Parts: sequence; C-alpha cells; structure tokens
Amino acid sequence: MQDKLNEIEKTALASLASVSDPAAVEAWRVANLGRSSELMGVFSGLGKLSKEERPVIGQAANRVKVALEAALEEKAAEVKKAALEKSLAEEKLDVTLPGRTTHIGRLHPSTQQLRRVLDILAEMGFQVYTSREVETDEYNFQLLNFPPHHPARDMQDTLFVEAENRGDNPIIMRTHTSPGQIHAMRHFAATNPQDPPPIRIALPGMCFRYEQITVRSEVQFNQVEGLAVGKNITFADLKGTLTDFVRRMFGENTRLRFRASYFPFTEPSAEVDVECFVCGGEGCQVCKNAGWLEILGCGMVHPNVLMNGGYDPKVYSGYAWGMGPERQLMLRNKVGDIRYFWGNDVRFLEQF
Amino acid sequence: MKIPLSWLKDFIDLDGLSVEDVARKLTLAGMEVDEILYVGLSMPEYKDGEKHEFKTNGIGWDKEKLVVAEIRQVNPHPNADKLTLLDLYDGEQDQVVLTGAPNIFHLKGAGKLEKPVKVAYAKEGTTLYDGHAEGQVLMTLKRAKIRGVDSYSMVCSEKELGITDESDGIIILDDDAPVGMPLSDYMGDAVLDISILPNMGRNANVVGIARELAAMLGRELKKPDTKVAVSGQSVKELLEIEITTPEMNPRFVAGLIRNVELKPSPYQIQRRLKLAGIRPISNVVDATNYAMIEYGEPLHAFDYDVLKKRAGDKKIKITTRTAKDGEKLTTLDGNERKLTANNVLVCDEKGSLSLSGVMGGAESEVTDSTKNILLEGAAWNFINIRRTAQQHNLPSEASFRFSRGVHPALAEGGVRLGLKYMAEWAGGAVAPDLVDEYPLPPKDAVVDVTVTDVKRWLGIDLTLDQIAELLSRLEFKSEVLSDKVRVTSPNHRMDIGEGVVGVADVLEEVARSYGYDNIPTTTMADALPPQVGNPVHEWEEHLRDLLVALGLQEVVTYRMTSPERESRVAKHDEYVRLANPITPEKSVLRRSLVASVFDSLEKNIRYAESFSFFEIGPIFEPVKNDLPKEPHKLVIVMTGLREATAWDVKEPPTMDFFDLKGRIELMLGGLRLSDVSYTATESYSYLHPGKAAEVKVSGQVIGAFGELHPLVKEQYELGDSSVLVAEFDLGTLRAMTPTYEIKSIPDTPPIYEDIALIVDESVLAETVEALIRQTGGRSVTDVRLFDLYRDEKIGAGKKSLAYALTYQAEDKTMTDAEAAAIRKKIVKRLEREVGAVLRS
Ligand SMILES: [Zn+2]
Repeated sequence: MQDKLNEIEKTALASLASVSDPAAVEAWRVANLGRSSELMGVFSGLGKLSKEERPVIGQAANRVKVALEAALEEKAAEVKKAALEKSLAEEKLDVTLPGRTTHIGRLHPSTQQLRRVLDILAEMGFQVYTSREVETDEYNFQLLNFPPHHPARDMQDTLFVEAENRGDNPIIMRTHTSPGQIHAMRHFAATNPQDPPPIRIALPGMCFRYEQITVRSEVQFNQVEGLAVGKNITFADLKGTLTDFVRRMFGENTRLRFRASYFPFTEPSAEVDVECFVCGGEGCQVCKNAGWLEILGCGMVHPNVLMNGGYDPKVYSGYAWGMGPERQLMLRNKVGDIRYFWGNDVRFLEQF
Repeated sequence: MKIPLSWLKDFIDLDGLSVEDVARKLTLAGMEVDEILYVGLSMPEYKDGEKHEFKTNGIGWDKEKLVVAEIRQVNPHPNADKLTLLDLYDGEQDQVVLTGAPNIFHLKGAGKLEKPVKVAYAKEGTTLYDGHAEGQVLMTLKRAKIRGVDSYSMVCSEKELGITDESDGIIILDDDAPVGMPLSDYMGDAVLDISILPNMGRNANVVGIARELAAMLGRELKKPDTKVAVSGQSVKELLEIEITTPEMNPRFVAGLIRNVELKPSPYQIQRRLKLAGIRPISNVVDATNYAMIEYGEPLHAFDYDVLKKRAGDKKIKITTRTAKDGEKLTTLDGNERKLTANNVLVCDEKGSLSLSGVMGGAESEVTDSTKNILLEGAAWNFINIRRTAQQHNLPSEASFRFSRGVHPALAEGGVRLGLKYMAEWAGGAVAPDLVDEYPLPPKDAVVDVTVTDVKRWLGIDLTLDQIAELLSRLEFKSEVLSDKVRVTSPNHRMDIGEGVVGVADVLEEVARSYGYDNIPTTTMADALPPQVGNPVHEWEEHLRDLLVALGLQEVVTYRMTSPERESRVAKHDEYVRLANPITPEKSVLRRSLVASVFDSLEKNIRYAESFSFFEIGPIFEPVKNDLPKEPHKLVIVMTGLREATAWDVKEPPTMDFFDLKGRIELMLGGLRLSDVSYTATESYSYLHPGKAAEVKVSGQVIGAFGELHPLVKEQYELGDSSVLVAEFDLGTLRAMTPTYEIKSIPDTPPIYEDIALIVDESVLAETVEALIRQTGGRSVTDVRLFDLYRDEKIGAGKKSLAYALTYQAEDKTMTDAEAAAIRKKIVKRLEREVGAVLRS
C-alpha cells in the first residue's frame, strides 16, 4: 500500500509538470485530488485496513495529499502568473488614439471675465447692483453732470430711442453703467435721508454706443463700475483700492500709474494704466509699443453727482471707477477682433 | 492736437529734458501724448529688455550726413531733359547733385545764381524715406549712375525727410539757413500728438501746453510778445461793432492791416504748420492759423475792401445776431447753408458775412488779390458753437476750440498776434488801435479752499501756503487768509465752477500740480456698509452654473435686431425703436430672446455636430413714450447629436424632445423646485403643436419648450436634425419657492421589482406613475419608467410601460410578502382606473 501511495505521488507530480493552463490545472486537481481520484480511494479504503495498518497508511496518505496540494497551489500560482504575463503582453492599447469626449458646457467669455472682476470686488466689500439698460437722458447724462449739449457728450456717442414729447429728456440706450450710481445712491439715501448710509457697490452690465461694428469697435459692450461713498473717503483711498484691485486682477507685481483725465461725473478724474502684461513694458503689438495699457477710468465722485444722489458733498465724498471686461479679455488673451464676443462662433467660445 | 517741440521751445526752456521726459510730464498731467513722431531729432534706442513709454514713429536725421547746403548753379543734364544737375556747396566742399525736382527746373541754365537757393542736402549713406515709394519706406543713399552721370547724394523733399506724407519737389529753405549746419540742429523736430480733454480746451494751443509744462516743471513761461508797430488811420474811425446777444457773443475784437503782399510764408512757418496738421495757404491765412495754434484764439480774416465796398465807402458797421429760421449763407467752402435761429451770424449792413466761430462766408474771404485785411477775434457761446458745427457738419480747428470754451480775454491778444505775424510775413502796416466790443466779460471764479478740504477729498496734508504755491504755478491768484486760501481762476480758463463744485475743480488742480504720483495709496478707513448681497443677480449666476453643468454653452447676443429678423419666430407690431440705428439690421430692441439665439445658432450650424446653447438676458417690451419693460428670459436651444462622435462611436442618435426635457427636469431640480408638471400645449406658434409642453411649478406657468415648428425651421438654415427650444420667464421662475429639506437615507434594505403594464395609448405616463405613487404611498420610494414598448402582440392602440419599483419600509426590513401585497394593490388600482393589464 505504501508503494501504491508512492506511485500515486510520483505519477501525479509527473503529470503536473506538463500542466500549463488554468483548465488543465483544474482537470489535474479533479483527477488527483477529486472525490473519485486514486488517492481519495485510499482514504475511503482505510476502514477496511487492520487496526495496526490504519494509522500508518492514513498518515502516509495524508502526507501525499499535503504534498500534492502544495504542488497544486504552486502550479496554480505559476500558471496564473504566466497567464497574466501573457495577457499583459498581448493587451497593448494605442494610447495615442483620441479619447471619447462629451459635449461640455461653458460660460460666455464675457460672463467669465465679469465674474473674475465681481469676485474680487465682492471680497473687497463691493456688492453687485444692477439697473436697466434703456435709460433716460436725465439718468444717463444730466444727473451725472453732463448738461444738454455739453461737449463732454462727444465722448459718448449715443443711441436714441424713438419717443415723442420728451423735450430735453429723451430715452436712450445707456452709454455706461453710471446711471446705476444715481439709482443706487437714491435707493440708499431713501433708507435714511437725514444720514444716508455708506455705499460700496459694483455695477455690471451691458452698455451701448453709436459705433459702427468693426474689428475695434462695437455697438454694445459690458462695463463694470465700482462706487464707494462715505464720510471718510479720499483720492488716496481710491489709489489704494485700485492698486489692490489691479494687483489681484493682473498679478501682484503689476505696476500701475495714475494720470490726470476728465470725466464729467468725477473730480479729480484719472486714467489708470498698467504696465503691459504681455511684454512687461518692453513694447509689443498689444500695447502698441507704449509699454502701458489703459485699463480703467476713475475719480472722486463729482459734488453735483453726490447731490443728485441725495448725499451732501460737504459731508460725503466718494470714488468711482469703470472698466470693460471685453477689453480686458482682448488684452489678456490677445483677442484680435471685438466682434468675436457677440458673434458667438463656437470656435471662439470653445477657447475659453 | 499735434505740437512740434520746436514751437513749444519758443515759450519754455526745455534744456536737460528728453522728448520722452516732456511727453511723460504732459501725459501724467492729463495731456496724454498718444504718439511721438520724430522728424529729425534722434529717436531713442531701446535696449533689449528696456521699457518703452510711448508709441513712437518717424526718423532721426544723421548729423554728419544731412546738412544745409546752397545751390549755386542749375545745369541741364546731358542725357535727360527732365533732370538737372545742381552745383551746390555743403559748407565743406562743392558737390554735383542730380535732381528731377520740378520746383528748381525754372532755374535751369540760368548760370550762376545771384541768390543761392538753400536746400536740405543728404550725403552718400544717409538713411531716409524713399521719395518714390508708396507710403514710408526707409532707404539708404548709394552711389549709382543715372543716365551716365554719377549720383551719390541728393537734395531732399519733405517726404524723404518725413515732414509730410507726400511732396512734389525739393524743400527750399529760408534764405537765412546757415550753410553747413547739420539739418537736425537747424530744424530737427519731434511732434507730440496730444489728446485734448473736453475740459482742457485752454490747452488746445502751444502756449497752453507750455504753461502746463512750466507749472509741472517749475520753470518760467515766456509769454508771447504781441507788440507791433502801427501807422495810418485808426481802425476805430473806420469800423463799429454792435453785439445784439451778448450771451451768444460776449466779445468781438477787430484790427486792420493795410497793403499786405500775399505770398507763401517763410519755410520754417510752413514746416511748423504742416507738422501741426495745418495746410499752408498763404502768408496771411497762415498767420491766422499760426496765431490760433500758438495762442488758442481762432481768428477770421475778412477782405477789408469787400466790406468797405458793401458799406458804400462809409464807416463799416459789423453786427452779430442770431440767424432767422431759413436764412441762407454761402460759406467759403462754396456750400449754401440753410440756417436756423440758434446759429449766430456776423453781418454788416448789407447782410450776413460769416457763420460765427464755425466758418467764414464766401464773399468776404481773403483772395489772391486781397490788399487790406480786417482781422476778427471774438468769443462765442461754446455750447452754441458745438450745436452749430454739428448741425452743419462743419468740424474745424476753430469750432473745435470754440466748442470747448475759449476765454474772451484771449480775443485781444489773438488779434494782435495775428496782425503781428501778417506784418512780419506779408509786409503791410498795422492800423492803430483795435475795435473792442466787450459787453459780457466772464466773472473769474473765486473759490475758498481749506486744509480740511484737501485732506478730506485728496487724503493729503498740505499747509495753506503749500496749497497757494501749487495753484499759483497754474496762474491761479491765491490769497492766503487765516484759515483758507482764496483762489481766483486765471483769465484763460473757463472750467472752474463756484461753491462746492468750484472747490472740487480747484482740488483737481491741486492734485495735478502736486502730482497724482505723489499722492499716497491708502486703505479705506471708512465703515464697511452692511453686506446684503444681490439675490437676483446671485440667483441668475447660480442658474448659469446649473446650465453649464448640464452641458450647455452660454451665448450673449445683440440686444438690437430688426422686426424682419424676429418675424421668423415671432411677429410683433410694437417695438422699442432706435431713432439713429447704426444699421437697419439693428433698428429695434429685441422682443424675442429665442430669435436672438437662433441667429447665433444659424451662423454656427456648419461648425459643429451638436449645439446646446443658452442665453440669459432681457427682452424689451415697449411702453409708449416711456421706458420699456426689461424682463429677463432664459432660452435653451439644442440640436444635433446626442453624444460626441468618436472613432468607435460612429452614429450617435440625434437629440429630441426628451433630451431637452431631461435638461429642464435637471435644471428645475437644481433650483430645488418640486411640484413641477408638464402639459401638452398648442399655443406657442413657433413650437410643433404635437411636441410642445408648458411647464408649471405649483400650478403656475413658468415657460414652455418643445420641438421647433417645421414651418419656422424652414425659415432658417439649421440643418436636418430636430431643433429643440425652451423659453422661461426668469421673473416668474425666480418667484417659485424652492424646497431645501433633504431626506435622510434609510437604513432598511429595499426590495426592487419590475412591473410592466399594458394601457391604451391615450393614457399618459404621468397618470400611471402618479397612480403607482399614490397607491404605494411611503412604502414605494422610487418609480422609474425603464421601457416603453409597442407591438402587434399587445395590440393596436396599446402600449406597454415597464416600471422599476423600489419598496422600502422606514423602520424595518420589508418582507417579500409585504411587497407583493403592495404590488397587488397597485395593479388593482391601475386596472380599475386606467384599464391597465399586468404583463406576465
Ligand atoms: Zn506690450
């Protein structure tokens, strides 16, 4: 019997050597360790053996079983490893094939830029205030210190709306978001006319000019204005706020300069240039070799405007500034044609 | 305004300053230099990495190679009739130069010239502009043989030197030009192109700019000298002036010069005028323009003899008055102008002479035969001049200045200066005195400024003496009192107001004089206002984010359109119409946001396989003679392939009604709106009547969507795929109350089961689902339609709806038996109410 066991072991191990795939491994297991295998036959025949033989043969059979199981485990691992190596070697993708995409959504570039601006302003305490796009001459000009027929009106070519009997107060497309300054001041002043509260707002929105549509000029464009009114606001504060804003917007090392300018609704007025962020001031096409880019207009709110808003200029002062998100994008992303914005060509929109 | 640096130097010493230094000072003080044009002075050379400051253009003249020379003899060319050979002397040696210049041709063969002709001579190797090329092309003079004659140098034209864009003939310099002097020393220049702000009309002249520079540099302004010798009968005996409306014409000054000889002005004068953008005409006309550019007072020259003749040799009477409606005047450009009552005329007793401050009349203008000149310098109402210039479309150097406000004080000096230049360049004798009618001298503004004003408005600490000093640099009279400076506006500016406005005006001048650069940058100390946010704006932005997350591309379109464009989608009679549209295509404000988005879609249709656009923005509903309503709308438009194609995704299906509906469901879910219902609708003319739905939240209509009506689609080029469109009114949508309650996730295990039901086609999916949910109550936590099936086996007019149900108890494990009981109830109810049959 001992010999038989040795024979079983020897034969089984010999046949295992030629096993090389998972199916053969399983077949070998069934043949050599399965219920009807020769070895299992030895186990089931133990009862027929004598008392003395039984433990000896039992022990020997067990040893063979353990040996075969160990060999099987080893073989199985070996086969699995070989199979894995084979499949890894065979399953080579062309990773340069394009991926499967999907249609994704995007905000219009102007919205994206408006958000960048408004997010920074929000952190600085300037809250969004919106107002209408079709305005009266009174709100768009007169209350902002542009008298009728004043030469300053030449700075803003106006689109007029057909309406009768309006006298010196025609209906127009707003040329800037500044009418919102008056709406806002009057709104806040009405909450406490004797002691109006301080104001810090951002005025975003679409504005309109009588301009032919060309590479450089558009009939409509977005603007964002900032307005701060309080009892303790100075031109130096304006410089401080805009310096902070510009550095957040264009990078912390951006150099800027304030130069005297003129807007009817501010006094003093200034234009802010930033060092060209394309060439760093060395001169390029974007800055027309000037090294500086005109980026926003600003000033201390004119006393007449404060008065028209319900704020006494002897007690209150304030500043305002305005800028164009599309212009910023044109400079920043070298957009060569302003008509792209309302053209909505997907080949343009997809780039943002 | 273009100002040659050489002209500025007549009035201020600019030693030690580069052209850029000057330009920088002016720019920071509000006189922005848009460009520096070098016309002879050497251009700055920027090293790599060095920062630029100004847009520059032009050419520098080589000191060694470009010099003043004199032509001593003009000889014929041996082989070419149209060319001459010039014998000239360049200060060092004799040269022979070949030229084809027509303006020297008449001296050919005249032998040795009695009076040598002074010219600009360029030696071999000089770089200048090619005189024969189109535009400005640089070239370098090289030795060449032209028709058998050696040519190595040239006599230059204005184009070659960059003085003008075009020129015929060579420059003939003034007789006093020193031979041998480098040309750049003699007349090298740089032109500053300065933007004049509307409130800085006072600086639209050389003296004005020099005055500002003097203030900013702390240097002295050399005032123009207007003294001139006089002779003959006083002009006062020959002329009287009557001003009928002083508000329109506060001052009128006239002077007389006799026996002028009309001819070209000296070359240096012509050169300066050209660089300033003024075309030289004759010495007399040039004198009026030159004095205006220099001093700021527009002048008008009349032919005195014409006026005298019209007056019948009697004393001339000039009257200024407003025109009668319909009155006519032929201006010197030859056009007959129909006038209105707000135009102001200069007249004599016979009739009108000129459109005041804007353009002269043809009859009394200066001609080649003019001998005696009456010179007008006047002050006009600036708003009236602006209106008149616009009305007649006559922008001019004069109306540019008058419409920005010219101080009446300038009229006298202007006339004197004009007469002086005429006398200098045209000979003649200036008559004694001026006739000066000055009924309405402006009151110079007086403003009190305190230390507190400066601190409160500008944020800087200045003493009264410092304030006074800063202002006196700009010629304000500044009187230091105990607690304030009393400031009087100088008599060349009209931009300083009174009271609190005057204070702000003066503070701007303090700031400019102090230098914006020198004002510190501070952090606001003022109280931060209550932060209340802007819920409407924030809600719209949130909506945009939701739509982008759903794969939609935002577009922003024109607010303006035309009724014809819109009529493809929606016909309206009433519009907000523009009185002065830039084009008929943009003549009204849109009433349909759908039409706007379709315009964008149509333009794009060839460029992609799929489009999912949305726009949020106003439409404009007209209100007669008043401001329109501006309700905000949301429009979604989708068409094309549902998925992106790829190398192994060949033909994805195109989008239909349910792709759009899914987006809308997700959008409303994202807005946390429940109680949403969809009802078939035929009341939207642009939607397919069988594929359109109205959306309600809590019973209120918030918008509609569906497939574009085939007849509307025909009007556009939108490709073959179905076009899906949705429109919502954002005011209504925003008013809907969202639910913020979040359900907890149950711990108990769910039981999943599918049931399929056969119902009549007419039974709505919505009804079946509602019955399942009602019957199942809280035990059925989810109902999802996963199949819709029709075929012969289930019968015509029938459909099979298959639902995946989730049964779940809140507090215990639901048993199969319990789930089966619920299902039985559901099926029974469906059988009873909609005649449903359970498919096995
Ligand atoms: Zn640059």
